[in-house]
Amino acid sequence: MIILENVTKYYHQTASVQGLSLHVKQGEFFGLLGPNGAGKTTTIRMLTALTMPAGGKIQVCGYPVSRNNTRFKNDIGVVPQHLNLEPELTVVENLRLHAMLYDMTRQETKRRVGELLDFTGLEEKADALVNTLSGGMKRKVLIARALMHNPKVLFLDEPTVGLDVFSRRKVWDLIRSLNVRGITIMLTTHYLEEAENLCSRIGLLKKGKLIMDGTPGELKQLAGHVVVEQFKDERTELRLFPSQQEALKFAEQLQDSCSIRQATLEDVFVKLTGERENA
Amino acid sequence: MAGLRAVLWRELLFFRRRWWTITASSMVAPLLYMVAFGWGLGKTVSLGGVAYLDFIVPGVVALSTMNVSFNAVATPLSIARLYDHTFEEYMVAPITVYSFTAAKILAGAARGLYAAAIIICLALLFGARFNVDLRFLLLLSLNCLVFSSLGFLAALKVRSHPDMTRFNNFLITPMIFVCGTFFSVERVPFPMDWVIKLLPLTPASQGLRAAALGWDLPWTAPLLQLAYLAVFVSWGLKTCLEVE
Repeated sequence: MIILENVTKYYHQTASVQGLSLHVKQGEFFGLLGPNGAGKTTTIRMLTALTMPAGGKIQVCGYPVSRNNTRFKNDIGVVPQHLNLEPELTVVENLRLHAMLYDMTRQETKRRVGELLDFTGLEEKADALVNTLSGGMKRKVLIARALMHNPKVLFLDEPTVGLDVFSRRKVWDLIRSLNVRGITIMLTTHYLEEAENLCSRIGLLKKGKLIMDGTPGELKQLAGHVVVEQFKDERTELRLFPSQQEALKFAEQLQDSCSIRQATLEDVFVKLTGERENA
Repeated sequence: MAGLRAVLWRELLFFRRRWWTITASSMVAPLLYMVAFGWGLGKTVSLGGVAYLDFIVPGVVALSTMNVSFNAVATPLSIARLYDHTFEEYMVAPITVYSFTAAKILAGAARGLYAAAIIICLALLFGARFNVDLRFLLLLSLNCLVFSSLGFLAALKVRSHPDMTRFNNFLITPMIFVCGTFFSVERVPFPMDWVIKLLPLTPASQGLRAAALGWDLPWTAPLLQLAYLAVFVSWGLKTCLEVE
């Protein structure tokens, strides 16, 4: 469904993405994780023709990606990081504008607007100007807008950034239900808990390179299931172990206090990206 | 066609919501020009055998439509690209860059024509006498298209809003005063007269004046406008295909 082969992108002669190769299958929920500047947003922008790669091949839904190729654009929906709604139009007008851009009929537009306002719980805000909505509501409008034309693939670039805990969980539910309906999803996020909760497969990006790719379980298995956390010399050190016994054995040897717990994806992320940084 | 229809619908919605602000702001500058140069000098001064008020009305129409058409595209599009990122919604939609470009330029030109209608009504209220014939309308439409396409190009080229202000200060504002809007270019010494004649506003101010006062139309005027239009549109299209 999504193919990137040896894709490279430079900004001001600095590589933002380097030789990135990735395949996402139909129906997958793929998460792209990485620290700031890892190339997550650049990758999404290249997949949606907002930025052109310097080299490599990109295909989405079987079509090559380019600015003027309207065929693949019919099959994708994009929820960008920025709240890029028309601020002086109402919620419904934003949805109608999107429907017109996708050449939808009036009947189809009316039906989808009704369905999506219901799906996102925005019925009461249908005629409100977008610039009067809260951040969480604007995110929901962005998701509703991206779904207007029934896309096969949905790109979400940090869809819950800046949201409170409750709004974030509501957005998670929305996104999860879309994947259940069969939409292929590619998501970038800073929140590792988000990736762990939502994604069936995760790619770890660092400095524009894919350093690891697998299910959350596989990634944890590669790095270890149990973590020993020790605060020493004004910094926290993490050590990951494949079993509880090995973690306990290690902890007994330590002179400073430490804690033992189940590893999270965040521990794996810190260990892997930290290791690569030090390597 | 979907892109053209959608972008024009959005522009129409915006216009309907802001029509009073748009109308009022289109009137301010021409009103001041006509008070200062029309009332102040118009009754006492004549140029080329014509009352100064009648002489400057085509110039004021040319400069005002330039300003309105340029800024109707340049300002909102640069904001859409650099600040609120709504430009991206159009770039990921299944519309061609050609339809997006055409819609933005046509919408900007339409705003210029609306401003022209207001100025013509104002000029008649001030007692100016001039003809509005087919030649006048053709040159007026070309002027609006030339400057809305320049606004489109500028909006895609600038890197920040201050860049847009500089573009206005160094290109648009000087043309208001030097392109034969308030005086005859024939009075300017060589070679500056040729430099002025080649600027994109001059064919509009000279051509509109010739049409309005019943003089012979300089044939170079529409040709120069068409040449500028071709350059700005093709450069704008190329930029739109590449802009990030």
